[in-house]
Amino acid sequence: MRYLGIQPKTPRIAVFDFTCCEGCELQFANKEETLPAFLSAVEVVNFREISTERRDDYEIAFIEGCISRDDEIPRLERIRKSAKLLVSLGTCACFGGVNRMKNAYDLDAANREVYGDKPKPTRPVRAVKEVVPVDLEIPGCPISKAELERIVQHLVLGVPYNFPAYPVCVECKQRFNVCMWDKGQMCLGPIALAGCDAPCPSAGLGCYGCRGPVPDPNLAEFFDMARKNGFSDAEIQERLNFFGGFEGLR
Amino acid sequence: MKLNVQVDVHHLTRVEGHGNIRVHIENGIVKQAAWDVVETPRYFEVMLKGKHYSSAGLITARICGICSIGHCLASVRASEDAFGIQVPDLARMLRLLAKHGETLQSHVLHLFFLAAPDFVALPSALPLVTARPDIVGLAQRLKGLGNAICDVVAGRTTHPLCLQVGGLTRRPDNADLVALRSRLLAAVDDLHATVELFKTFQLPDFARETEFVSLQGTKEYPWIGGRLVSTDGVVKQEREYAAMTNEWVDDNNTTKWCKVSRGSMAVGALARFNNNHALLCPEARSVAKALGLEPVCHNPFMNNVAQLVESVHVALESVALIDEIVATPADAPVSVPVNPKAGSGVGAVEVPRGILYHHYTYADDGRIVKADCVIPTTQNNKNIHDDMDALAHHFAPREGMTDDKLELLCSMLVRAYDPCISCSVH
Repeated sequence: MRYLGIQPKTPRIAVFDFTCCEGCELQFANKEETLPAFLSAVEVVNFREISTERRDDYEIAFIEGCISRDDEIPRLERIRKSAKLLVSLGTCACFGGVNRMKNAYDLDAANREVYGDKPKPTRPVRAVKEVVPVDLEIPGCPISKAELERIVQHLVLGVPYNFPAYPVCVECKQRFNVCMWDKGQMCLGPIALAGCDAPCPSAGLGCYGCRGPVPDPNLAEFFDMARKNGFSDAEIQERLNFFGGFEGLR
Repeated sequence: MKLNVQVDVHHLTRVEGHGNIRVHIENGIVKQAAWDVVETPRYFEVMLKGKHYSSAGLITARICGICSIGHCLASVRASEDAFGIQVPDLARMLRLLAKHGETLQSHVLHLFFLAAPDFVALPSALPLVTARPDIVGLAQRLKGLGNAICDVVAGRTTHPLCLQVGGLTRRPDNADLVALRSRLLAAVDDLHATVELFKTFQLPDFARETEFVSLQGTKEYPWIGGRLVSTDGVVKQEREYAAMTNEWVDDNNTTKWCKVSRGSMAVGALARFNNNHALLCPEARSVAKALGLEPVCHNPFMNNVAQLVESVHVALESVALIDEIVATPADAPVSVPVNPKAGSGVGAVEVPRGILYHHYTYADDGRIVKADCVIPTTQNNKNIHDDMDALAHHFAPREGMTDDKLELLCSMLVRAYDPCISCSVH
C-alpha cells in the first residue's frame, strides 16, 4: 500500500524484556481498535511474550526494562549487534524506572531481607544506554500506545520523529484540568517532558515525571515554587527520584 | 514407548516473565522434570521502606504490568487496614468495578493471545489477524471493553491513577458508565461465541490432586478482602495470610515457593471456582457446565475454562454494579480523610492469577517501616514444578510420544496457570 506517494517499509521488529513488569510491551496489544492496522505495518519476528516463533533477523529491537544482573549484559550486547536500530521502550529502559530506587539501599542487606541466607545475584540498576548505545528512547510508565503508533508510523515511512520540547503542563492545560498545585498537590508538570497527554493530572494525580525532564528544566525555580507551596526539599527530591529520569540534574 | 526424552526450554514463550522447563527421561525413568523461575529480582519490599503511604500503591502497581490495578487495590487496602479506615460504599463499588475490568482484560488476553494458539497449532495469535479476523475481533472487543472499564474508573488500565488510600481521586461520569453498561450487555454474545470456540479445543487429560487456596465468599463470589480458605479445609483470617502461604527460598529459583497442608498449593481462577462455585451467577455456572468444569476440579489445564467462566461472571456483575453506582446520589463521598498512624495492616485481593497479599507496617508519620508482598504466581510456582513431574510420568509412556510433543504439553501446562513471573519475583 502506497501512502502519499511513499512505499512504506515493513520493518522486522523484535521486543525483548529485561528487569521490569512487562507492562510496556503489553501496550503493543492495547488500543484494540487500531491493533490489526498496527500489526500490518510491521513484521513481528521475535516477541517472546506473545509468540513462540523466535528469529534473529530483526531490524528494530525494542528493549523493555533496566539492567540489574550480569547475565543481562551479554544478552543485551548480542541484541545490539543484531539490530540496526535499538529502541529503549519505557521508563525502566530509558532511566531505570522505579527499580532505580533500589540503588539507594545496601544490596547485601536487601538480599538478606528478601532471600535470607540464600541471596540471589543482583547489581545496581542501570538504564539501557548505560550499557550499550541506544538509537531512540520512548519514555513512559507505561508507554503511550498512541505515541508508539506515531513513532512506528514515522519509522516505516522513514521520516524523523520529533518529541515535544514542552512540559506536561501544556498538554494538561489543553485538557482543561484545574492545576494540581492549586489543589495542594505536588506535580512535576512544569519540568516533565510532555507527549503523554497528561493522564495523571487528568485523573486527579500530580505528575511523577515518568517521561523524564523537559529540555533545560528550570529546577531552581521549581524548587522555589514547591517550597512556597509547603513542600520540603526531601519531599521534592523524593518525587524527582521516583522514576530515575531526573537523576544527576541540578 | 519412547525411553529417552529431552525437553529443554529456555525462557518459555507466551507467558509474562522468564522461566525454564527441563525434562529429562532416560531408559523410561524420569530423571528430572522441573519448572524454574530465573527472573531478575527487583526487591520491591526493600524499596518500599521509608516510603509514604500516598506513593505505596503507585510503586507496587509497577510490580506487574498486567495486574497493576490488583496490586494497587491490595496496597491501599493494607494501608487502610493499618490506619483503621473504612472507605465509602461508592469507593468500594468503584474499586470492584475497576477490578472486574482488569479481570476481564487479563483473562481475555491470556485465553486468546497466550493459551489459544496451542489449541490451533500456531506459534502465536498473529497469523489469526488475517486468517481468522472473526476470532481476533472477539478478542479485541472483549479486551477493549475490559480496558475501557479500567480507563473510566481507574484513569488507566496499566498503572492506575485514581485508586488512593481513603477511596478514589474522583467519581467517573455517569454517562461514561452508562456507555460501558451497553457495551457489557453487547459483550454477552461475544462471550458465548468464545465459549463455542473453547468447546472445540481439546484440553489434555491430566489431573494431580492439589490444595486450592482462595478468598472465601459469603454472599458474593469473592474479589476483595475476607476470609481465606483451602480445599483441604484450612480457614484463616486475612491478617493470618502468612500461615496460608509459608514462603520459603529455593536454591534454583528467584521466586519463592509456598505451601499450606501439602508440598505445594495452587491459586487462581480454578481455585476460586473450586472454593466458591455456588456463588457464581447462573449464566456463569451454566457456562462451566457446558465446558465440563465441575468442582473440585484437579486438572490444571481447566484453569483456562475457569477464566472464561469468570469472564462471564464479571461482565454480568459489572452491569449490576454500574446500576448501583449510577443510582448513588451525586453528593455521595468517594473518599474519606486519611489520618496515618503507627501500626500494621494486610490487604488480600483476588487478582486474575489468584490471591494477592500486601502487608505493611507503618511508623506514625505515615511512612513504611516493613513491607511484605505475596504474589499469586509465587504461590503457584512450586505447584507447577510438582505438576511438571507428574505430567512427565503421565505422558512419557504414551504411544508415539516425542520430545516435541512433551515440550508442547509442558509448555501448555505452565501457560494454563497464566503465570505472572516478573510479578512472582518482584
